[in-house]
Amino acid sequence: MFSSFMINTWIAGTAIALVAAFVGYFVVIRRSAFAAHALPLGAFPGAAAANLLGVNPFVGLLVFVGMGVLLLRQLARMGRRDVATGLLLVLFLGMGALFLSMTNEYAPEVFSLLFGEMLGVSKADLWPILGICAVVSVLMITIYRPLLLDSSFPDLAALKGIPAARMDLLFLSLLALVTASALPVVGAFLVFTLLVGPPAAAQALSTHPLRSLLLAVIFAEGSIWLAIALSYWSNWPIGFFVGMIGAGLFNLARSYRSWSQRQRGAKLLAIS
Amino acid sequence: MTNQRAILAVADLSVDLGGRSILRDVSFNLYPGQLCALIGENGAGKTTLLRTLLGLISQRAGTVLIDGEVPRKHRALVGYVPQKITFDPDLPLRTRDLVRLGLDGHHLGLPLWNSRTDAAVDAALQAVGAEDFADRRVGELSGGQQQRAVIAHALVRKPRLLILDEPLANLDFGSANALVDLLGKLIAQQQMTVLVTAHDMNPLIPVMDRLVYLVDGRAATGTVAEVVQPEVLSKLYGYPVSVLRHGGRILVLPDAPENADVANLNRCAGH
Repeated sequence: MFSSFMINTWIAGTAIALVAAFVGYFVVIRRSAFAAHALPLGAFPGAAAANLLGVNPFVGLLVFVGMGVLLLRQLARMGRRDVATGLLLVLFLGMGALFLSMTNEYAPEVFSLLFGEMLGVSKADLWPILGICAVVSVLMITIYRPLLLDSSFPDLAALKGIPAARMDLLFLSLLALVTASALPVVGAFLVFTLLVGPPAAAQALSTHPLRSLLLAVIFAEGSIWLAIALSYWSNWPIGFFVGMIGAGLFNLARSYRSWSQRQRGAKLLAIS
Repeated sequence: MTNQRAILAVADLSVDLGGRSILRDVSFNLYPGQLCALIGENGAGKTTLLRTLLGLISQRAGTVLIDGEVPRKHRALVGYVPQKITFDPDLPLRTRDLVRLGLDGHHLGLPLWNSRTDAAVDAALQAVGAEDFADRRVGELSGGQQQRAVIAHALVRKPRLLILDEPLANLDFGSANALVDLLGKLIAQQQMTVLVTAHDMNPLIPVMDRLVYLVDGRAATGTVAEVVQPEVLSKLYGYPVSVLRHGGRILVLPDAPENADVANLNRCAGH
């Protein structure tokens, strides 16, 4: 399980889980889960176009996810962000289908970017992934407080001179970067779970902002390590396990929270 | 008092939004330690006036000076409590975290532990009487408690001017009275200057020093005795209105049309 061809997967998975928890923490607070679902799908047309042109799929992916951020900003500026996000999602899928139809050879890179490939991490892939994760971590720590205020109470943030539009663009760009780094391992359809499952579970359990962020990181690391191990033993796709663990965690944490709320309510009733 | 510098000086202010004229030639001054009520109905331009004072909207004409400077330069001098803040019940923030973001939310880097910051946060929580729910999730608080949390968020940077947009809307009588007491206390104990908007002036009359009465973008300003007069308000509304005073309460009503059929009015009242 820790043989040389698996070691890259462990390293990449650990780095990805860290930044996915960081960015996902704000995805949940900003209620941007739909955008976090749509943006990674830029990988599909990106990889298909790269396959068609014979360039590195990672490049195609970055180009399309980046274009997705700009397009989403542009469409959302006219109002109805949810509609804009939905249209972007279908636009991505449609373009991917078009590019894929232009080539008649089977495209394994496309498949692995969509569903994840545990052994898909080569030494050459590892450095860009680690580089992106380092950049995202530093940026997240730097803008933590303004982003927290802007995500929680946009009205109050504007009064402190925190520009909402620029924060949104910065946040979507960070989301796109995390997506791009996570895709080769967990896949476009499933990176979403890693982004929202662990942070949402953590926020249900802890009310302390930094402690719930730390808990989100622990949950994300636990999820991906478990998923890698289970996938190795079972030979089932890693994305399946990431999805199952994320949904399970969320469900458990939410159940615990509503149970403890009921307990507190009962205690208050007993006192009065 | 007038030889003191005005903390807020608004002169001949006109604001347009989307090509429509929202405020026309509004002028008033506010001096340290005063409470000024901005009274008007929905759409009279109250929120637009506040947003202009905060530097979030630019005016077409006129000036706004906060302690002698344009609003954008004096963010730390003004604390603002917006009308409606919706708290996500799942937000991983306690009341004290929200208050702390009022102090250092615009700073970069992670919020590290600091005894001076903690003391400032505790003082703001105490000033609004929020100690009891300081460690509870903000999204789980009652409406009145959430409002106190936001006031503490606005107070923690020790502003000289505190602006509250419709703080009495959606509060029951008891909570409204408690809030009016709190505002009076802040002025007395912290030498705060307060600007409050409201539909109804009555709950604020005991603590109010000045009044800006806004009708359709135009304002009459002065003390309650100066402004709430049939002649002044009739001119502002553009039609005759009456002012009824009863037991310290004031009611402003449009006059009945002159040719109203008295018998008809009586018949309606009888039913």
